[in-house]
Amino acid sequence: MSSITDEHNNDAAHHDAGHHHPAKGFKRWLFTTNHKDIGSLYLIFSLTMFLIGGAMAMVIRAELFQPGLQLVDPHFFNQMTTVHGLIMVFGAVMPAFTGLANWMVPLMIGAPDMALPRMNNWSFWILPFAFLILLASLFMPGGGPAFGWTFYAPLSTTYSNDNTALFVFAVHIMGISSIMGAINVVVTIVNMRAPGMTWMKLPLFVWTWLITAFLLIAVMPVLAGAVTMVLTDKYFATSFFDAAGGGDPVMFQHIFWFFGHPEVYIMILPAFGIISTIVPTFSRKKLFGYASMVYATSSIALLSFIVWAHHMFTTGMPVAAELFFMYATMLISVPTGVKVFNWVATMWRGSISFEVPMLFSIAFIVLFTLGGFSGLMLAITPADFQYHDTYFVVAHFHYVLVTGAVFSIMAGAYYWLPKWTGNMFNITLAKWHFWLSLVSVNVLFFPMHFVGLAGMPRRIPDYALQFADFNAIISIGGFAFGLSQLLFVVVVYKCAKGGDKVPAKVWDGAEGLEWEVASPAPYHTFDTPPEIK
Amino acid sequence: MTHAPLLKRLVLICIGMFAFAFALVPLYDVFCDITGLNGKPSLEQAQQSNTITDNREVDVSFTTHAQSGAPFEVKSHEYSVVVKPGAMREVLFKAKNLSNQDKVMQAVPSVSPGKAAKYLHKMACFCFDQQPLKAGEEVEFKLLFYVDTELPSDVEELTLSYTVFDISSQFLASN
Repeated sequence: MSSITDEHNNDAAHHDAGHHHPAKGFKRWLFTTNHKDIGSLYLIFSLTMFLIGGAMAMVIRAELFQPGLQLVDPHFFNQMTTVHGLIMVFGAVMPAFTGLANWMVPLMIGAPDMALPRMNNWSFWILPFAFLILLASLFMPGGGPAFGWTFYAPLSTTYSNDNTALFVFAVHIMGISSIMGAINVVVTIVNMRAPGMTWMKLPLFVWTWLITAFLLIAVMPVLAGAVTMVLTDKYFATSFFDAAGGGDPVMFQHIFWFFGHPEVYIMILPAFGIISTIVPTFSRKKLFGYASMVYATSSIALLSFIVWAHHMFTTGMPVAAELFFMYATMLISVPTGVKVFNWVATMWRGSISFEVPMLFSIAFIVLFTLGGFSGLMLAITPADFQYHDTYFVVAHFHYVLVTGAVFSIMAGAYYWLPKWTGNMFNITLAKWHFWLSLVSVNVLFFPMHFVGLAGMPRRIPDYALQFADFNAIISIGGFAFGLSQLLFVVVVYKCAKGGDKVPAKVWDGAEGLEWEVASPAPYHTFDTPPEIK
Repeated sequence: MTHAPLLKRLVLICIGMFAFAFALVPLYDVFCDITGLNGKPSLEQAQQSNTITDNREVDVSFTTHAQSGAPFEVKSHEYSVVVKPGAMREVLFKAKNLSNQDKVMQAVPSVSPGKAAKYLHKMACFCFDQQPLKAGEEVEFKLLFYVDTELPSDVEELTLSYTVFDISSQFLASN
């Protein structure tokens, strides 16, 4: 540890003494306005949801282990696929990123807290209720939502049960929560950067989150509009999506995917930020092409608004529109390619070491790129008619969301866990977690490409006999991946309880303000803004 | 530092985007109208055509189907007709209420291929109005239409499809 870091430690400890200390017990968490507490709440909530959504995936894979119907009836199977998707998107991935933003953004820009701490408390605490409502609907007569997480009309209007109102309100609350979180991030980054922290000195995680927050503010209200229309169509006799009253069900898909496509970048841009933070640390080099990373992220965000109809190639669009959306979609691979090449160039001739966060990051780069390639295949309009609604699509979005978003969250968690707790995690267990996850996730999702290309449809509880062997393999991979995540829970729990003490700068190649405060990070940091060189 | 101005702007963007979601509804119709996408034909009564193209023939077929649960049977007398662009043609449809209750039906037309939708003009159509049918009643409906002389030359046949909806509950609610 350098003398500079030592000074900072004393500094931080000194300042902490001047503050009131966190309240004890449950009230500390209920009333907290501290960005670190709220970050932890988000992360713990997200991990809980990850396990619940994962349990639903286990039900799905158990049913699909063999052809035929054996464990659950088709209606319940549909509820499982629907709620699994909703929970993983809105309950696991998005809150995890918001949690990381809460913890790290103020530390990275040298701010004492988030800009709007009370709103921060609200934006977290309404979230558990949203998921309580959603999960409770599963136990009500008629069951929970069973129309897929995309809730296409008329499945969600004409053909859904009365519990759909609960789904709608749950989505409303999730949306309000993410919008408040996003507004907080924007205000914090714009107004609370330490003096001298100019835009082009911002750490990339902060940059990617700023852009993500703008995406959230732009599209979450559109999602709220879409669910509101479903609500009034179903209960108040409006006809937004009902042809009998002059509406159009295809319009639902346009509105939904106008939200839905930026949403997929909401779930991956912060991941890009995390990887751009970790790869330079363990390559012991500066990030290659910082400015191009910023511009690439911005252009991905802008392009995400003009590609939505590539989810709808089979709805009968005119050829000109299909070509437009095909080329616009393929255009996104250019800035994404810039990012991937920048990460590889950062590692090139670096003195690389393979700590656990780096392992997850390298796996991310390889496997996310694989998911990107299958995305390119899906973007080809004529080919998409074959792939549409098959397991190929399932394989694609699980590669970008599980080995993409989730792996980056794991990487980030392992990277900053010592900073949060002051303890090093159990490295042996963490490596087991990584290798088991890496192997099982590929056993789980790679064969889905094959069954998808052979024509196995998604969201169906039964399948033709020729898919039996691959599905058995997929299910085994699924169970293995699911169980491996329990190791992560163990590692995190043990790390929170104790372990080898770590210095302020946990990783020797790490750069950034978060490594200048003590480990564990004191309850209050940067009361006086740090100096930016 | 005061956060209020930025906060206000961000909240306004949110409200604006929520409104934008609803603005997409009329925008969608306008867009389909201008481009003629989506096979949505006009529900306005058309004017008679002044000219007739004699050296061209277009095949127009009719299909109807009742939305699941709608207790109606609607059928055209002819499966398809051959018309000259600009020439008026009358087609009769037989509609029956299959239930033992008084019902109101609404037929929603759609034209395939979609780009031909704006070239099919209806001067009289049962789809212009909501049609009350007494229990078990059987009536004859008239469709009076012509195909525009401007119909793109690569369209040789088109299909006019009617989806029939049971709107009794909405009808009762609004009366």
